[in-house]
Amino acid sequence: MGRKIFRSPVMLIMPSILAIGFVIIIPLIFSFYTSFTSYKLTRPDSLFNFVGLRNYERLIDNAKFWYAFGRTILFLAVVLNLELLFGLGIALLINKITWGQRTLRTIMMFPMMFSPILVGFQWKYIFNDNIGLLNNFLYLFGYESAIPWLIDKYLAMGSIMVAEIWANTSIFAILLLAGLLGIPRDPIEAARVDGCNSWQVFKNITLPFLMPFVFIALTIRSLDVGRAYDIVHIMTGGGPAMRTELLWTMIARIGYKDANMGFANAMSYVSIILSIAFTYYFFTKLVAARRDLGQQ
Amino acid sequence: MKQIKKIGFWLLVLFLLILICLPGIWIFVSAFRPNPEILAKPANWIPDRWTLHQFTQMFSINGYVSVPAFKYLMNSVIISSVSTVIAITIGMMGGYAFARFNFKGKNKIFLSLMLARAVPGISLSLPLFILFAKLGIINTSFGVILVYVAMNVPFTIWLTDGFFRQIPKEMSEVARTDGCTRFQAFWNVELPLAGPGIGAAAIFAFLLSWNEYALASIITRTVHSKTLPIGMMDYLDEFTINWAGMCAIAVVMIIPALILTFIVQKHLVSGLTFGGVKG
Repeated sequence: MGRKIFRSPVMLIMPSILAIGFVIIIPLIFSFYTSFTSYKLTRPDSLFNFVGLRNYERLIDNAKFWYAFGRTILFLAVVLNLELLFGLGIALLINKITWGQRTLRTIMMFPMMFSPILVGFQWKYIFNDNIGLLNNFLYLFGYESAIPWLIDKYLAMGSIMVAEIWANTSIFAILLLAGLLGIPRDPIEAARVDGCNSWQVFKNITLPFLMPFVFIALTIRSLDVGRAYDIVHIMTGGGPAMRTELLWTMIARIGYKDANMGFANAMSYVSIILSIAFTYYFFTKLVAARRDLGQQ
Repeated sequence: MKQIKKIGFWLLVLFLLILICLPGIWIFVSAFRPNPEILAKPANWIPDRWTLHQFTQMFSINGYVSVPAFKYLMNSVIISSVSTVIAITIGMMGGYAFARFNFKGKNKIFLSLMLARAVPGISLSLPLFILFAKLGIINTSFGVILVYVAMNVPFTIWLTDGFFRQIPKEMSEVARTDGCTRFQAFWNVELPLAGPGIGAAAIFAFLLSWNEYALASIITRTVHSKTLPIGMMDYLDEFTINWAGMCAIAVVMIIPALILTFIVQKHLVSGLTFGGVKG
């Protein structure tokens, strides 16, 4: 059987497409349909109650939805930029080390093994106002009033961002380090001989060479941005008073707690388009960057 | 001056190491401390009482006392391994096709596979919940395995595509002029060469299944199919948390992931970057 399959690429790809079709494509078509109905889990017959664009109209009118949407965009913008920046910093730092570099690289991968749900729990524990590591630490220095990291309306979002950045900076650091290690020495030395300073070398040689690696990291990261749901879900559950509600936690709340599947599916579609747009954008950037590099 | 710079540099590295390692270590230490000590105020920095209480509660010989962690662990192991084996088998075939054949719409299919992977778990969980309930595979290991296979296939294709590209095409061509079929050439020449890379892809797929929460939290309902990340929530009540218990189950969850990542790390980076750069 193997022989026949290996003659045609279509047969080779078919199992993958079948699996994805059954688990991702068909459910998405189904949820696209339900987003036009008033489907409620508690009333199965409402699956055929076609309401046209009403769920989407309700979305547009729903201020809470737009807050969550804006918060999600802000969250992703802050988190992705900082992860990239810290990742680049760490990669440059480790690239300078000659002794123990491999050990450091391994230790750096540590957060990557943590399940997002574990990351969330771990930081919930650290940020706990009563017994958390952070407040206990501050207590040592005389800050005796406990800071409510996860309960304060401004601090909560920042605390979640810290957790998210802790968990995902290492992906950037590791991929950018791989890029740095692959840079040929000759152009850098030539530039130095010609009198470039470190910043000019970095800007004109190192950075362009790193760009494909930046986009690889961003593409991989964009596949998983939705997993921030796990972290928020366990750390604050969207609270206090929905101040940390992101699109994903809002979908879960409306879909499962309120059992309003039609409305939640309409919202899902916004989040799916958001994620796909992210991935698509970075993927095309990646293709362009490696084409540029290939021409050099 | 140079000396100061050097000291500053190493201090920065040390600070970074603490930042990366401390949260995990704190969880590890807390798992072996009794709850009253965790709750002590002011904090008790150096644990003076160590206990295996939480672990014996989870894994006692006469069944569990607190949380059926052993059952969760078995579910996690079975679901993650089976889904990894299937995902790697079919993903590898796909990766081989993308690396070795030219066909119409190749880049578009590749891109759409990656985009399918980008769908957030929680958005996918709504329709999957309804469909799986209708098909009667909700709350079964089979259903979860099916989902994880589909989740892992795109990324496996990306990785294995990169690994197969690193192997010169000529090797398979030589084997085939010597009378091998394409499958024999794949089996005897290319697969062994790509072996370590495929191993890395497998561990990556395993970890994704091992750590997944959003989908499993919806599809699994009881101890029959719950995995460790879902089981962890058993320690979380509406208003109270059993911190030590939660840390203990976190340790159970992290140790296999830790070991596997250490094995895989080298190949993982080369697979991701090579597959990405030399498109």
